[in-house]
Amino acid sequence: MRLTVRKTILRAGLLALGLVPVLAPAATAATPSPSASSASGSPAPVTTAGTSFLTATTLAPGQDAAVPASTGDYLYWAFAASEGQTDTVRVTVTLPPAAQRHSPQTWSVELFDGLRRRQSCTAGPQNATAATADDSVALSCTLRQIRSWAEPWSGDPLPGTYYVRLSLTDVDAQDLGLAAQVQLHITAKGGADNAQPEGGEFKAPLVPPVNAGSTAAPAPTLTAPAPATPKSHWYSGLFSGWNTRWFWTLGGAALAALAGVGGYTLTRHPRGHRHHHPAPPAPAPRYDSYAGRS
Amino acid sequence: MTTTRRRLPAGPLGLLAALAITAGALLSGLPAYADEPTSPPAPTTTEGGSTEAPRVDLILDVSGSMGATDIEGKSRISVAQRSIDEVIDALPPEAQFGVRTLGATYPVSDKTDGCTDTKVLFPVGTTDKVEAKTAIATLRPTGWTPIGLALRGAAQDLGTGQTTRRIVLITDGEDDCSPPDPCDVARELAAQGTHLVVDTLGLSHDGKIDQQLQCIANATGGTFTDIHTQVQLTNRVEQLVNRAADTYQVTPAKTAGTDQCATAPLLAPGVYSDREKFSEHRIYRVPVKPGQELRASVSVSLDRAVARDYGVLLQATDQGGQELVRGSDAGSGRTDVASTGLRWSAPAVTASPSTLTTSAAAASAAASPAVCLVVSNSFAPQPGTQADPGLPLELTVAVAAASPAPDGPAAGLGRGWVLLLVLTGAGLLTGLLFGWIARWRIAVWREN
Repeated sequence: MRLTVRKTILRAGLLALGLVPVLAPAATAATPSPSASSASGSPAPVTTAGTSFLTATTLAPGQDAAVPASTGDYLYWAFAASEGQTDTVRVTVTLPPAAQRHSPQTWSVELFDGLRRRQSCTAGPQNATAATADDSVALSCTLRQIRSWAEPWSGDPLPGTYYVRLSLTDVDAQDLGLAAQVQLHITAKGGADNAQPEGGEFKAPLVPPVNAGSTAAPAPTLTAPAPATPKSHWYSGLFSGWNTRWFWTLGGAALAALAGVGGYTLTRHPRGHRHHHPAPPAPAPRYDSYAGRS
Repeated sequence: MTTTRRRLPAGPLGLLAALAITAGALLSGLPAYADEPTSPPAPTTTEGGSTEAPRVDLILDVSGSMGATDIEGKSRISVAQRSIDEVIDALPPEAQFGVRTLGATYPVSDKTDGCTDTKVLFPVGTTDKVEAKTAIATLRPTGWTPIGLALRGAAQDLGTGQTTRRIVLITDGEDDCSPPDPCDVARELAAQGTHLVVDTLGLSHDGKIDQQLQCIANATGGTFTDIHTQVQLTNRVEQLVNRAADTYQVTPAKTAGTDQCATAPLLAPGVYSDREKFSEHRIYRVPVKPGQELRASVSVSLDRAVARDYGVLLQATDQGGQELVRGSDAGSGRTDVASTGLRWSAPAVTASPSTLTTSAAAASAAASPAVCLVVSNSFAPQPGTQADPGLPLELTVAVAAASPAPDGPAAGLGRGWVLLLVLTGAGLLTGLLFGWIARWRIAVWREN
């Protein structure tokens, strides 16, 4: 994923420099980014929802969900978000027939990250109370922009899995178990280019384990896998990695060089210079002007 | 003068060529710095789960009250029979499906026998569709409603195993045979750790009966549906059977936390389940090596009535009890689960002798690299709520490579239109300056 994004950046940068014919074959390997795949025809909506974090139904990028449910069910979906994205979850609930309902009910959509930590919504009515006469209720929640790195002690949104939980948070007990219809739509905007902090790298996305664990005997033998240490070279400290700043700086240098040469050329071609030069009878005023300038 | 002028057109071209070569060399060399694609840890399938098929047992109430005709003008039993027929037709091929009845044999006049009246209509297994439908068609509303016993029986029908089993209970009546209270039975079955989920479907729209069915569903993490139409019943049962097929393999491993860090179980990455009482602390240990990041999350389910406000706290401490980091969440109102999580990076140990004065925490972490996870909750029982067994608790543990803090924007490189403007402007000024100096020098040279 990261490599793909970088390849896209590489290609964009090369286009900007007009150098793309040089490396065109290498750039064709780039695959469409997640945001592009939704444009090329979104997959069919899922018709299921999980009932817990563990059993949450996974949604592909751009995939909707249309699920028949009972009022009072807790519905879970999971989707993947990458750095720089700002995701918005929109939910529309078609309520049971008004004749079967007795009192207003409050629906709410909540978002959790891969560590099941509650994530704040920056926009959208996260909760909505439907009156007895209402036919449907619309909810939405916009996440904060996914960061490329965050302190382990912080709760900032990081690349990985996100959970959506739709629940009925306030309801009269006799209105539970009625048939409702739920529509879910997730949009993502933004890409890896504007991920903050710049240069940040999250080594492993927050993808929660779903396999059953095994309790190790209380012994010094450790089952946790050791991370692979990256190879270190003498130049490792010099280059902090590949990013778009290289293109900006190289492009700036090229423009500066061109402007330098242009400026130099300007001074070497004063207007009328070539015209006056071959006239020998009046050389003195020109020399005067030069002397005056210096 | 002429020599200078002839050199001029060659200057920009040469510069450009040089630039292009440098850029080309840089660009072709640079992809080598790009990281290798880091593949996320692929979710592995549960050991032993792959061989087992999803198992669903349907409990059908055939008590006398099922004869009432109040669903779209048809009797409850006929609606249920027709829906079950359709569900049997649409069964996933791998599903192991069975039906158990309650109140099918003894008439309402015989309570002693009526309250033990639950039997297997056809056992959980590969279903012979024709035979199953014939058996369903013979049922007539007859007797009592011993839901508690039927649940116990269904749990036995499903057997024990590594994967999640589902019971779908279709009933219209309150258990008129308790004890055992069906809700207690459900909680007892859930506590046995046999991964049992009970989904309930109510056919009578009676508040008290619905409450009992909701209690059964809540106790096992199932759902409750109030049936008003034939289509709703068919769709719901189909959805539940399919849900069993989708998610039955996702089963946590059972563990038991202790009240002390030293004796706590050592957990490998994965998902665990446990039980925690009100105000109890449960402690687990996870080995974390230097340079690794611990990721843990915990969910405490509410399977019984609790006070309106609640909270859950997950603390990571070192062996000495020093807190490293905490995650917490609180809320109020109706919910199924309260959950939180945390990340913690073990400090990387540097080998150089100059770091002899590293903090004691780092030294102790290197000596015994295990972090204790303390799970506590602030749920409060409502009067009359059972305290035992504890609330279901789910713990996920993962260990990944730590992500060090980024060292700022790439070594002195810039970005943005202002940068281009400044560099171009500076280049232009420099060019002009050098041009004028050159002209002035030529002029001086001419004069001499």
